[in-house]
Amino acid sequence: MKLATFRGGIHPEEGKELSRHRPIVDFVPESETLVYPLSQHIGAPAVPTVKVKDHVKAGQCIGAAQGFVSANVLSSVSGTVKAITPHLTASGSMVQSIVITNDFLYEKVEDFGRERDWTAMSREEKLDSIKAAGIVGMGGAAFPTHVKLSPKDPDAIDTVIVNGAECEPYLTSDERVMLEEPEKVIGGLQIILSLFPNAKGVIGIESNKPEAIKKMTELSDGVPNISVCPLKTKYPQGGERTLIYAVTGRKINYQMLPADVGCIVDNIDTVVSIYQAVARGIPLLRRIVTVTGDAIASPVNFRVPTGVLYKDLVEKAGGFCREPAKILSGGPMMGQALFSLEIPVTKNSSALTCLSKDEAAEKKVSPCIRCGRCASVCPGHILPNLAVRYAERGDLEMFEKADGLECCECGCCSYICPAGRPLTQIMKQARKDTLAFKRQKGGK
Amino acid sequence: MAYHVSTSPHVRDAKTTRQLMTDVLIALLPAAAAGAVWFGLHALLLEIVCVAAAVGFEYLFQKGMKREVTAFDGSAAVTGLLLAMNLPSQFPVWKALLGVAFAILVVKQLYGGLGQNFMNPALGGRVFLSISFAGSMTNFSLAGGSLAAAKISETVSSATPLALAEEGVISLKDVFLGTTLGVIGETSALLLILGGVYLLVRKVIQIHIPLAYLGSFLIMMIIFSPNHFDVQYLAGQLFGGGLMLGAFFMATDYVTSPITEKGKILFGVLLGVLTAIFRLYGSSAEGVSYAIIIGNLLVPLIEKVTRPVAFGREGKKHGKKE
Repeated sequence: MKLATFRGGIHPEEGKELSRHRPIVDFVPESETLVYPLSQHIGAPAVPTVKVKDHVKAGQCIGAAQGFVSANVLSSVSGTVKAITPHLTASGSMVQSIVITNDFLYEKVEDFGRERDWTAMSREEKLDSIKAAGIVGMGGAAFPTHVKLSPKDPDAIDTVIVNGAECEPYLTSDERVMLEEPEKVIGGLQIILSLFPNAKGVIGIESNKPEAIKKMTELSDGVPNISVCPLKTKYPQGGERTLIYAVTGRKINYQMLPADVGCIVDNIDTVVSIYQAVARGIPLLRRIVTVTGDAIASPVNFRVPTGVLYKDLVEKAGGFCREPAKILSGGPMMGQALFSLEIPVTKNSSALTCLSKDEAAEKKVSPCIRCGRCASVCPGHILPNLAVRYAERGDLEMFEKADGLECCECGCCSYICPAGRPLTQIMKQARKDTLAFKRQKGGK
Repeated sequence: MAYHVSTSPHVRDAKTTRQLMTDVLIALLPAAAAGAVWFGLHALLLEIVCVAAAVGFEYLFQKGMKREVTAFDGSAAVTGLLLAMNLPSQFPVWKALLGVAFAILVVKQLYGGLGQNFMNPALGGRVFLSISFAGSMTNFSLAGGSLAAAKISETVSSATPLALAEEGVISLKDVFLGTTLGVIGETSALLLILGGVYLLVRKVIQIHIPLAYLGSFLIMMIIFSPNHFDVQYLAGQLFGGGLMLGAFFMATDYVTSPITEKGKILFGVLLGVLTAIFRLYGSSAEGVSYAIIIGNLLVPLIEKVTRPVAFGREGKKHGKKE
């Protein structure tokens, strides 16, 4: 069978063998301090609903969504509010955060875990419980899910795609979830489908996860309107644009939303969280984090309460077996390099990857030889070498004309460049500058 | 402990510019070696001198201009070897050095070095020499003790394969194996194709340029040559002269060829058409060289008309009524 895919892309070393056979382990916090950044989603930061010294329960809303595009922040443990103060996050910036001292009692809010018949719930009730549970896109972007599930015209949505591609190297959290809790994935997808009367559900999974494909296919066989779409194993297959194209053949550009082509895309962990919140009354307090890399003694998939610090994850994974040169929140293609481990797990922390070698620093930068490899791997069909040439000259107008804004920042061009040129980095900066400039111009 | 911090991606493909250039050198080696064996010591000397001089000139220029020295990245060595392979076996060394200097210093370095030249440096050097030393560049006489001299003195003619092809008395076996007259590196079509296949297998080059080049050339020859479908004649045209060296090693030079697949095909077709015209109606021996150089100059235009449409740029919104 020909696998669905897109044009371009790369095949970086997968690194998934380190952790893919490790069943998910529940992470029980041992340290007292948990940190909850009030902005761990796209949109307006949440506003604290607690004061210092307040007692909080697990599942309690401690930061309320502010405005339409925003998300609640919930405490994953019971304890006392120790401080409300800026704290370092994975992005490298200080974010206003609520620090909670764990009392290790795990006292829960009243409704916690109350099962509900979601088929009897109205659209609004479902969306409200998703919003109350603080669910955001857990694949990385952290876009508030209740907003994503409320497009202008729900009837125009004909495809709900569950993103089980997990194309990012080293990450195995989605794969483990599909193997261990496939029924929750199906359940979550059914809930989403109930919001869109004309939609069918498709679970996209890369072909390097045959067991997950088998399992999900078995389960979806009995369910009308849900099918599995095996995808070619190729990075960035799980990117929103490439995934939509592989599954439906439709294309969106950087200004469009999936809903513009009748699609909704949600990550595996997000779909499970929707099921947990709507059907089982369990808000989003935990996420699956792959702690991996050749510098980690025993790579593992943890189910971690949000707020736990990365340094505790490293310790529980056996510590470092080699000196790490680079520590990433996420995987090696899209992840954020960290200079400290005093960083809390947030709703979109998919992995902690610790590498003993920094390949990016080791490859020497030399002049572009116009080999064209960047263009052939670019899923955005851009000529990265051309756009970057304009960007380096500071010519943002020509950068935009060279389709620089269509860059999805996947990193394929930097990865493949034999001259070691940091193309993606230059593209990112130029996009930021161009968009800021356009906003400024538009504002006047 | 201090961790490295940089923006994503944090992994890199192992392939480097130097490896790509090394692969090109490896691919050229069989044909270069065959040239040395066939034509004798002076041919080998020319190859060694040209490679050493190309690297040396680049090194001295970069040192002199206080620039970062990249002379050992393999690209200068490729230029030197290609130029040597484009010379007759008895070509004087001092003239060869002039050619290398022109290729490396004028064509490559003065335009900004690696990646900036608009013309293939080796071809620039060859054409410079052809214009300056037309006599030496077309003197295919042989060294006394060489294999070539021993073998060819027995045969009827000492004309180049292309000239023989015109007369229809070419030996395809000789053209294929390289046991004929010509410049050092372009005599054995077989070994050049072998090198080309190596580059394709190693994914150093793509098939588009050679295929479009050879294909369009063949079609042009079938239509416009007086011999039309004469297989012997067509094979002589295809495998004789500089076509294989040009198609696999010169036209595919990254710096001076288009980036996109569409552009590569257009470029290849252009070269095929030009080469056919030059061979059919021109009098110069450098049909392939001139075709590629003219093609090089047109690359910016080809790039302009073959720029890809960005993904999703069509911007159609699904399910919306107009």
